[in-house]
Parts: sequence; C-alpha cells; structure tokens
Amino acid sequence: MLRYLLEKEFKQFVRNKFLPKLVLFYPLLMMVLMPWAANLEVKNLRISIVDKEHSAASNALINKISGSSYFSNTLYAQSYLDAMSHIESQKSDIILELPLDFEKNLVNRVDQEIFIAANAVDGVRGSMAGTYLTSIVKEFSQEYMDTGLKAPGIEIISLSKYNPAMDYKLFMVPALIVLLLTIVVGFLPALNIVAEKESGTIEQINVTPVGKYTFIGAKLILYWAVGFVVLTTTLLLSKYFYGIEPLSGYARFYLLSYLFMVVVSGLGLVISNYSATMQQAMFVMFFFALIMILMSGLFTPVASMPVWSQTITAANPLKYFTDVMRMLFIKGSNLGQLVKEITILAGFAIFFNFWAVLSYHKSS
Amino acid sequence: MKQFLVFVRKEFLHISRDVRTILILLLMPIVQIVLFGFALTNEVQDVKVLFISNESNETAALINHRILSSPYFIPVESQASATEAENLMKSNQVSLIVNYSRNFNETMVKEGAGQIELIADGSDPNMASAILSYSSAIIAASIKERMPASLENMGKVSLSTELLYNPQMKSSYNFVPGVMGLILMIICAMMTSISIVREKETGTMEILLVSPIRPMFIILSKSVPYFILSVINLATILLLSVYVLKVPVTGSLFWLVMVSFIFIFVSLTLGLLISSITHTQVAAMLISGLALMMPAMLLSGMIFPISNMPELLQVFTKFVPATWYILAVKKLMIQGLPLISEVTEIAAMCPMAAVFLSLSLKQFKYRLE
Amino acid sequence: MNSKESQNRNIIEVESLTKKFGSFTAVNSISFNVKKGEIFGFLGANGAGKTTAIKMLCGLLKPTSGQGTVAGYNIATSPEMVKRNIGYMSQRFSLYQDLKVWENFRLFGGIYGMKSRDIESVTAKMLKDLGFEKERNTVVESLPAGWKQKLAFSVAIMHNPAIVFLDEPTGGVAPEARRQFWELIYLASQKGITVFVTTHYMDEAEYCNRVTIMKDGAIEVIDTPQNLKSNYGVNSMDEVFYELAKV
Repeated sequence: MLRYLLEKEFKQFVRNKFLPKLVLFYPLLMMVLMPWAANLEVKNLRISIVDKEHSAASNALINKISGSSYFSNTLYAQSYLDAMSHIESQKSDIILELPLDFEKNLVNRVDQEIFIAANAVDGVRGSMAGTYLTSIVKEFSQEYMDTGLKAPGIEIISLSKYNPAMDYKLFMVPALIVLLLTIVVGFLPALNIVAEKESGTIEQINVTPVGKYTFIGAKLILYWAVGFVVLTTTLLLSKYFYGIEPLSGYARFYLLSYLFMVVVSGLGLVISNYSATMQQAMFVMFFFALIMILMSGLFTPVASMPVWSQTITAANPLKYFTDVMRMLFIKGSNLGQLVKEITILAGFAIFFNFWAVLSYHKSS
Repeated sequence: MKQFLVFVRKEFLHISRDVRTILILLLMPIVQIVLFGFALTNEVQDVKVLFISNESNETAALINHRILSSPYFIPVESQASATEAENLMKSNQVSLIVNYSRNFNETMVKEGAGQIELIADGSDPNMASAILSYSSAIIAASIKERMPASLENMGKVSLSTELLYNPQMKSSYNFVPGVMGLILMIICAMMTSISIVREKETGTMEILLVSPIRPMFIILSKSVPYFILSVINLATILLLSVYVLKVPVTGSLFWLVMVSFIFIFVSLTLGLLISSITHTQVAAMLISGLALMMPAMLLSGMIFPISNMPELLQVFTKFVPATWYILAVKKLMIQGLPLISEVTEIAAMCPMAAVFLSLSLKQFKYRLE
Repeated sequence: MNSKESQNRNIIEVESLTKKFGSFTAVNSISFNVKKGEIFGFLGANGAGKTTAIKMLCGLLKPTSGQGTVAGYNIATSPEMVKRNIGYMSQRFSLYQDLKVWENFRLFGGIYGMKSRDIESVTAKMLKDLGFEKERNTVVESLPAGWKQKLAFSVAIMHNPAIVFLDEPTGGVAPEARRQFWELIYLASQKGITVFVTTHYMDEAEYCNRVTIMKDGAIEVIDTPQNLKSNYGVNSMDEVFYELAKV
C-alpha cells in the first residue's frame, strides 16, 4: 500500500509547477548569496582622520592605519565638524583626531591625549572599532619612541582555535543548512497535508483502509528524500564553492541531519493538524519561523542574549541543530562531545511526533 | 468616491471576520519587537572562560580576578589539563582558555616575565576576535598595575574614545530600526498580495472588475485597510521601542512617521506587484515570505553591516527598499539628524513605489484585455 | 469481494443509532436496514443529519449510542474493517486533480490491496465501458466536471466493494450528465454492489429502490418512492418532500 502512496506523492511533487524549482534553486541561491551577506565581522571599517599637524609622524601613523586589516577606507577631514558630517552621511565609521603637537610631543616624550569618536549605533561595532584603533595608535607610539630599552613583561599569545583565519563563511555555511532543512523538510510536507485537507482529497483517503501513519509516512518519506537532495546540493556547493567540509566526516553529518529532519517534520505535522487552510498554516509557520531562526544563534550568538530569552531558546530545536552543525563542520566534534545536543534533539523528535500523532484524527 | 468608500468598507468587513489573522497581525509586531529588541544582540557577555595554571601566583590571581570581574566572562570550574580543556571546547562548554606557561610562577619571580596563551573558540570569528581583544586588554592593564612605576614609559599616549549616539552600547539601538523595517514590509506586502490573490482564486475578482468602478480604485481600496493596520502597527512598535526598549526618538517624530508612511506605501505597492504576477495564495505567500523576508533580513543592513559585503552585493542592497528605510530610521531615531540628511533615502524610496505601482497596474490591465 | 452475506441478507443494519455533539443531537436514534444490491436513497434538507449519519456508517465518526453493521462489521468496534469493504465518493471530486486518469486508478486500486496486474485490467475495462480510453493519460484537472464524476464513481467501485456510499454525487452537473451518471449506478447495482446515495435532487429519488427522508436528526419516513407517492396522494417525490416539510 505504501508503495502506491509513495508513487502518488513523487508524481505529484514532480508535476508541481513550483516545488521542484523551489527545492533546487532556493538552496542554490541561499548558498551562493548568504555567506557573503551574512557577515558580522568588525572589518572594512571606514575612518575619517582629522590631521591638524601634517607631520612625518602623523603621516606614518595614517599609513599604518590604512595598511591594517581592519580599516578599508581612509578619508581626510578638515575639521572635527567635517569628520562628523562623514559619519552622518554614513561614509565613515570612526573619527581620529590628531592634535597639533602630535609629533613634537612624541619626540619630547610629553604625555598627550588623542581623541577618537566612533559611530556606536551598532554598539559592538563601534566599540570594537575604538579598541582596534586604540591598539594601533598605542603600538605606533611605542614603536616611535622605542629606544631599544624594552621592559621585561608578559607576552600574550592570542589564538583563535578551529578557525585561525577568522573566516566568517566557515561560520555561516553550516548554519545555512539548518535554515534550508527547516523550510524544505519542516514546512513543505505540512503545507502538502493542509492542501489535501483544503481540496477534500484527505476525506476520500480517510474512508479507505489507508492507516494514518501510512498516509503521512508516505509524505514524510518523500520530503526526507528531498532533504537528502538539499543536503547533498549544499554539501557540494560548500565543498567546491567555499572549500568547506564537515571536519567530522560525512557519516555523522548525514546521520544528525536526519535526526533534525525528524524533528522539524514532526513540528510541521503538528502545525498542519491545527490548520484548516493553507493560509492559516503559512501564517503560523512564518510567525514561528521568524522567531525560531532569529533566536537560534544562527545570526547573533545565543550567549549574548539576556537570561530570559536564553531560557526561551532552550525550547528552540533550531538552536541545538545550529550548534551541532557548527561543531561538526568547524570543530570536528565526535558523537561523545555532542551527547547533550543529540539527546535534546532526540527528545524534540519524540515530543513533536508524539504530539502530531495525538492531534491527528482520522475520524473526527 | 462613494463607490470607493463602499469597497473600502467591504475590505474592512473581510478582515474583521477573520479573527485569527487579525490577532496575528496585531500581536506579531508586539511579540517580535519585544523578543528581538531584547534578544537580538551581539554583545559579548557570559563568555565561559577556563583558567589553566599549574601553580598559583599573585600575578595570575590578579589577572583571573580582573577577567572575572569584567562584565564579559563567567568561570568554568574545572581542573582540566590542556587536552581536557580542548575537549570541553569541542563540546561547547568552554569559549576561552587562559593558559599560563608551565614555569610562569618561576619566570615571573626571576625575570618578571612570562607567557600567557589565550585560546578562543574561533568557530564564531566575530565573537572570537572580540573575546581575544577584550581579554588581552584586561590582562595588559592588570600587568601594568603590577609593574613598578619606574619601568613605565614616559611620554604616555592615552586615547579617549567617545561612543557616539549610543554610549551604553545597547544593541537595541541597532536592531530596532531593522525589526521595524522587517515587520512593516512583511505585513504590508504579504497581506495585500494575499487578499488580492484570494479574490482571484475564488473568482470574485472578475465580478468586481465588471462593476463600473475603475480597476485602480478596486486595488487601492484593497490596500487601504492594510495601510491603516500598518499604521496601528507602527504606533505599537514606536511606543514599545520608546517605553519598553528605551530606544529614544532623538530626531523629529513627525518626519519619522512620514518616512514610515512612505515605506509602508512602498511595501503596499510591492504587495500589489506580487499579487499581479501570482495566481495562488500559496505562491503569493511563498514569494512574499522567501523573496521578501530573506532580503529584508540579510541585505538591508538590519543585522549584517552592508559595508562588509562584496561590491556586487552592496549594489544589490540598494534595490532593497528596507535598506533605505532602516538607514533613514537610524538617522532620525538614533542619530537625531535633521530632515536634510534623509533626503537620499526618501528620494530612493519614492521612485520605487512609483515603479512597483505602475508595473502592477500595467500587469493588471494587461490581464483584463 | 466479501462473500459473507447471502443474497437476501441485509448489508446495512442500523439500530437506534445516535450521535450527539455536546448538547446537540445531530442524529437521533435512527434504525433501518439496506438489502444487498439495493439502491438506497438518503434524503433530507441541509442540516437534517445526513452527513453525520453517513460519516458514522463509513467509520469516520464514532456513534454516541446505538448499533450498526456495514457489510457484516460493527461500525463502532471495527471501523477499519468497514472501510475495507466500502467505496466512497463525495460531492467534492474525490480524485487527485494533479494525477493522470490511470494514476488515480492505480493509486486507489493499490490502496485497496489490488494486485498490479488486476489494477491494469480493471482500469482498461472501466475506461473502455466509459468510452474514455483516449483520456487514460490526461491529467484529471483538465477534464469536464461530468467526466470527473463518472471517473470518480468508477474509481470508487473498482475494487468491487460490497457497498458504495455516494454523498451528493451529482451536485453541479448538467441534467444530461446526471442521467448518464445514474445509468452507471444501475450497472453497479446489477453487479451486486449496494448503492447508498444522498441527493438534493428529488427526481433522482425516483430512481432509488427505497428512500428514507430525514428531518431534524430523525428518520421521518422510509419506503419505496411508489408507496410514498401513493400514501401522500401526490405525483412526484418533490411533492412528497413538500408535504413532509409542512408538518
């Protein structure tokens, strides 16, 4: 019986005008576009410099700043007001004001204060820009005044483990898979069931001997297969386009992705059981999708959130899978190191699917 | 005009009958602005730090104390070795390891020197670089404290940094304008397109079209209720931002509202355009959901700074209406700049509305003939 | 398919069947029997309780009280066995619009456990009888409404069920197409399939062997159309219905 239902689902899917295109091109588009757009790094900063002195020292400092990896664009301003206008017209992120006696003070070893103003509408970006600029100026002045007399001190070695090149794409690409699987494997089968409700064909199926598990199972099997296509497409793109591969190997990647698919498809089923029309189902999905995506740590870190919203994210399966994907791709964690996440995801899988079965009524 | 009002009334009746939808439309902005206003942040806080040190000594103790008394770090209580620490990092239980060199105590006593290794979890590069720069700044300051004054360099250069507009570095200042753009865009565009496509699907559109009223008025009458709903949403969002999230309106409230009206209008016309090229509610929903929500979230500067994107994408962002709106709101609300600074944004949005509107009307006429 | 019942046995037996939704009684203690091969008309105005009754008979709704067997199986205790032995077609076309004609046959044949080879031969025969051989590969969506209804009926009886339930099968179809549809019903009945049909059209009631008219959840009358007309001294079922409504 399942065979015939599967045949039906596959034919309907392939014959649909919209779905096959969505499943093929949406991941492609997202994979090609997103990693370039989704970048929270504090870099490519634009600086406006008010150089009142125009000395050899100030020129050397400006060169040092322009040559650093943080600043991409240097603008010169006549006055502080002029520099502010750069900030206001979004041409610049930070202002450095070099005093009139900058070089003289350096040479004569006179204490001096230098003023920085950063656009802090994005608070983290502003303060990070300030920190970077401060360290460049300090380093410069120390080099400038260096007399060879180096005070003994403590050496600090900073290391960014797993991602030494600080490549933001390595961070985003694994998380994208979470987004794609949620949409394709979570939402599409749910919409499919609601569509059958709306067109009345589900009524016909209900009076046949087809069991509810068989009927829904056929749909899930189709979308789990579609999920495989999505996974493989993204994996190939990530490997050949970005050179990013799961460090933990493919077996763990597919295994855990399937665990997640069971979770989201269960969630989708629950939503479909409570929706009579496609429109209702879609609204509920968009509402939850937006919240779940933005609260998953996919874009902004969960650890940064206030405690109460971290508590809310504990009930968000996307959060755990985002963590899992990053651990698999970037850190190469093994199953033992993922025990907590796997247990929780398995719990979600049981919970949602159990709920879906309970709330599905073949007879009203 | 009277006919027009009759149609507007009809649309209001449609909306008011659908309680679930109206609840979602009115509650969604509230839930989202509160949730995201507080929760969407990339501040560095609660970083789980693990100290590895073979013997304790005063300098290390001071450094540890200074690190933990900053608002960014929380300790992980563990006597782990370096390899165990790495294991903890692989299972996300530790984000920063502070590793004092083996003979730290000895060299400190003998030469006043030593080595400290800071290992941050680099899977989030942004966090990692922030963590590293904060922690090394704290360590450098503590070391200075321990050093005799005589060793300190003369001719000290001190830098004072002023954080403009947002001295407390609140993330909500950055994200609230983005959330406003996202919510208004989704509600206006999605709802308008669905309501029109629904009439197409049920066939009632044809009945309306054979009535003596001009097609343009039919379409406009469909957008009036959503315009009003959006205005209600705008009011809720602004009230919540100011009184709950404490994001002030430092510029002109009047112009903020005006700019928002322009953006709402752009979104409505975008909804019209979507409705004129789709045939089913599902397609309209998917297009507005996937083709509007994603760009509004990713390419508008709502979360990710546009200056970080490659040139080509930066050009692309200029065609996303939300980009201009978010920019204008940031200027008006947070930076408190006068209207003259927002002329570019307004000038960018108006032609967009005109293009969307004329395209959809053209499409609409074409389908009639 | 099921040979449990002999020629004269009742294929549907219903005894004081009742369904309550909260305090509202949708079906109030109805009792009737349907014989094998009979065309049994189930009439009544909208909201009279027809749909609720038919849902209970098909195993979709659990009765609040009362007894009922369909094709020898208890509707309350073994609804899944009931489903195996019935066919069903509702006013909303029950076929998948985005599947081809033969694919619909294949799907429903498969659902009822028919063998692949049997499905093919039955499909070929049924399409030939309908004169639809050319439409074998047509997507259902593009067929006219009358054709879809005939196809839906054929699909509903392709597994040769003991009984087929037709819920307003001819809604929205031209009179000529309705007449052709009833010819199909007669053919099925001749093959021994019991037909249980609800309808709005009183002229169709005349085609039934026996009819029952429901009102406010209860059965008002149950008899042959002939007897009903003579009892009320009228010439058509329309008038019978009108007389009943007056009371």
